[in-house]
Amino acid sequence: MTVQEKYETREFKTVIEVSGPLMFVDLQGMGGVSYGEIAEIITTTGERRRGQVLDVSKNLAIIQCFEGTSGLETKDTTCRFLGETMKIGVSSEMLGRVFNGRGEAIDGGGDIVPDKILDITGSPINPSARQYPKEFIETGISTIDTLLTLVRGQKLPLFSGSGLPHNMLAAQIARQAKVLGTEEDFAVIFSAMGITADEARFFRDDFEQTGALDKVVLFLNLADDPAIERLLTPRLALTAAEHLAYDHDYHVLVILTDITAYAESLREVAAARSEVPSRRGYPGYMYSDFSTIYERAGRIHGKKGSITQIPILTLPNYDITHPVPDLTGYITEGQVYVDIGLNRKGLYPPINPLPSLSRLMKDTIGQGSTRSDHKYVQDQLYALYATGKDLRDLVAVVGDESLSDIDKKTLEFAELFEQKFINQDYYEDRSIFESLDIGWELLGTFDDPHRVLKRIPSEFIDKFHPTKRDKKTDFNTVNI
Amino acid sequence: MTTANTEQIGLIDRISGPVVQASNMLGSKLYDVARVGEEKLVGEIIRLTGDLATIQVYENTEGLTPGEPVYLTNAPLSVELGPGLMRQIFDGIQRPLPVIREVAGDFIARGIEIPGLDHKKLWDFAPNLKVGDKVVGGDILGEIPETPTVDFKLMVPPNIQGKLEFIAQRGDYTVDDLSATVITPAGDKVDLQFYHRWPVRKPRPYHQRLPSNVPLITGQRIFDTIAPIAKGGTGAIPGGFGTGKTVSQHQLAKWSDAKIVVYVGCGERGNEMTDVLREFPKLVDPYTGGPLMDRTVLIANTSNMPVAAREASVYTGITLAEFFRDMGYDVAMMADSTSRWAEAMREISGRLEEMPGEESFPAYLASRIAEYYERAGRVLTIGSKPREASISVVGAISPPGGDFSEPVTQNTLRIVKVFWALSKDLASRRHFPAIDYLLSYTLYWSALEEYYSDNVSPEFPELRAEALALLQKDKELQDIVALVGPDALPPSEKIILETARMLKEDFLQQNAFHETDSFCSLEKQYLMLKTILRFYEKAQDLYRRGAIVSDIFEHELVVRIARMKYIERSEIETSLNELMKEIDGLTIQAFGVED
Repeated sequence: MTVQEKYETREFKTVIEVSGPLMFVDLQGMGGVSYGEIAEIITTTGERRRGQVLDVSKNLAIIQCFEGTSGLETKDTTCRFLGETMKIGVSSEMLGRVFNGRGEAIDGGGDIVPDKILDITGSPINPSARQYPKEFIETGISTIDTLLTLVRGQKLPLFSGSGLPHNMLAAQIARQAKVLGTEEDFAVIFSAMGITADEARFFRDDFEQTGALDKVVLFLNLADDPAIERLLTPRLALTAAEHLAYDHDYHVLVILTDITAYAESLREVAAARSEVPSRRGYPGYMYSDFSTIYERAGRIHGKKGSITQIPILTLPNYDITHPVPDLTGYITEGQVYVDIGLNRKGLYPPINPLPSLSRLMKDTIGQGSTRSDHKYVQDQLYALYATGKDLRDLVAVVGDESLSDIDKKTLEFAELFEQKFINQDYYEDRSIFESLDIGWELLGTFDDPHRVLKRIPSEFIDKFHPTKRDKKTDFNTVNI
Repeated sequence: MTTANTEQIGLIDRISGPVVQASNMLGSKLYDVARVGEEKLVGEIIRLTGDLATIQVYENTEGLTPGEPVYLTNAPLSVELGPGLMRQIFDGIQRPLPVIREVAGDFIARGIEIPGLDHKKLWDFAPNLKVGDKVVGGDILGEIPETPTVDFKLMVPPNIQGKLEFIAQRGDYTVDDLSATVITPAGDKVDLQFYHRWPVRKPRPYHQRLPSNVPLITGQRIFDTIAPIAKGGTGAIPGGFGTGKTVSQHQLAKWSDAKIVVYVGCGERGNEMTDVLREFPKLVDPYTGGPLMDRTVLIANTSNMPVAAREASVYTGITLAEFFRDMGYDVAMMADSTSRWAEAMREISGRLEEMPGEESFPAYLASRIAEYYERAGRVLTIGSKPREASISVVGAISPPGGDFSEPVTQNTLRIVKVFWALSKDLASRRHFPAIDYLLSYTLYWSALEEYYSDNVSPEFPELRAEALALLQKDKELQDIVALVGPDALPPSEKIILETARMLKEDFLQQNAFHETDSFCSLEKQYLMLKTILRFYEKAQDLYRRGAIVSDIFEHELVVRIARMKYIERSEIETSLNELMKEIDGLTIQAFGVED
């Protein structure tokens, strides 16, 4: 039985306190208001705003107001409880449309006709219904495809910071993402939380330019939109994503930006409720709250579609131990670290593979999916680049005279790796085979490969090494 | 999770997240289960004030309204203990997830009431006792072959004793059938079924504690050789994200020589549980040859499932572990991660507006952690024929920012005796398992040394000590190298550096995803260690006689030592003895020096 059937819609004019994003309503002992219920607030000027019940007893309801509390007062403001929790009407018609952070169409195209009306909180996927993600998504970006493979159904955040080109990177991934050898329906859902109008326009233009706009749904809560509304935006986006993925078989890529702004709204509400704060003033339940967003990525047995998430975080002061990236990292399946040092060197995309990780790649890469040498090449590139970076630090202190020949070569490798492998054009779409072969080209600069390339089994060196390759074999195939 | 009789008593007064306050609750008991609202959501009473009860609810509370009824069950949160637990995957309050899926679809709905055990399935029971036998709690009435590797032992529940008036004959029974009737000394008649219920927060009794002097063999070199855990021991694996907590926990669940594994995924990723579900049935148990799943029980309460059930999941897990211990089995329990459990306590405590302790965790955090780990141990079970059995508990910890000074790590380290410290630095070098070999420790070594001497080799303790000393020395030398470069070191110290590198790369690093290397027997660990140290001795000797250090460590045998870990089980002894012979046979002439 829904709440609406149990109780009439109720209206109160008994607002007793407005403080920060919260409004307190005296229910005069009448009760009948549900936890999580949506309230409509009517200001003295007749403006209607939305809020949600955060705490309720018979006498008092605490409401978080999504659209700000300015202009509310305690005399004539009306609060009407709508008898339902937050819902959104979804349909495949949403593709190509633009919505605000509350889910209202703002592109002038009128309201959509919903197929279904869904609760935006969603329900947790039963772990026994999950299908383990193992389908390779080619992004055309060497660092990601080779070292941090993105997998359908994965949640892989970009850990970035102010002044870094994470938006370009996300747009490039959205533009180039494909699964080898398939022509399946894909869709991009873009959920903006507190980003600037410029940033939002950048994404929109980019989607438009590539003609992908009719496969994109935009939910925009911009920097000047109400901050508390940001708590809704990702949930609306993911509810739409679930509908497209599980009811319409779409492979959905969800871009959530910026999670840091979302976390700040969460903190604002917690502070207004005088909750005991945990680290840096963020609420103790931020981990649980994040998980209800991130864990909505995945695949389900027997369903064709999938939800892949790319959340973007701007790390305050590039600090990876800050609660927002820290709690995110504990939930997501890896992270892509956008590095300020590489960016200063003028490299694009400035992804530092060393602190980055993709947890799901181990079961995804290899013959039939990418190429049989993938695992070893990534391991070897990673190891040599790590050693090269260590040597750089050492050389900075003691000079390069005490280095062995192999060390010098490794230093050189690290430089080449950054210039040729990490670095690529914003519109350059490299196939996984190209990326692996660039890797081999760099590994080929070492003499005596069998001794230096310890992470690659001899038979793979003999088969794939640029100077040893059989000229007649086609290396541009997953079957090798 | 089932509840027998429910009667309406209270009314919801207030809802705040997972915490619900109800009035008119006079007569309810602390920690009793209550069913909240018209959907009968499962909750547990955690505070009583006059006729007000505070209830933590194990399901999403959205849509609850003050005034809705609260039903009382008059029973604490309990699990069903009987045949059918093996191979199963439960949520935090023992509801089987595959059954939830059949009932509710791919997403977990609310208010689903499903018993922990399958009450329709027939089990082949064979009695051990006969009418007229005297029994006490813990006595084995009979056995059921539950999986090819695990025999379920039907026990008289604790606290019951008397004379058997009836016992079921060999045959097929459901868990609801009558297994035995006991006449107690007071003359009461007690009917026993094939299962009984036990409250999760109450430790099951045992007869006596035993010393922990047998190692829990894990097949992982860093654990077994450097910092072993005893059967019945407690260990903690703290580490930031990406350092390999979960892989380490999975390795322990896969390869430790416990008879039963209880794996609790507490507030972690959904896909990781799926990975376990997908992988374990395919993996072969190195001790029995059967599928690993046959000895495993999974409890999955992923991060997006309700917080309060996360808090319950570790208790559900340890209660199942105790039940198998009582049958006489060695049980290993993994909890990944205890930080999420602590955070669940923090969230509930915050909602109760309790005075916060450190980092806003509740003041009782330390005592809850201690109580939980204290349920581990090697014991003599209850029963007239006590059995030796154990529960080893390994908890993963996810410290914020990877900082071990935070309260959950610190309070855990005060209790557990093995500390496996995961290091971000090692992980970023792809040194896996990324366990800091110098920071980690075990307090069981003195108790276990004898076992290693007797069962592996008398020289094992000595080899281990030598390896640890080399690693320690290496650490000191590395600090110097970082300042002045490797050239400044004398050749004798370069030998130490090179040997330590071999120890790190060729011994401590272990590939969890390599078919052969994933599991390493104690014998292989011993021979590998011996080979490396034999080479170390030889290198010192060759250097004294004039060979150049860099030449020694570029010898072809070094490459073969690096490949030791990939040698198949059947060939270990011959291959490594052969290798050692070749090391012994190295002559100075091979390095271009005249003797």
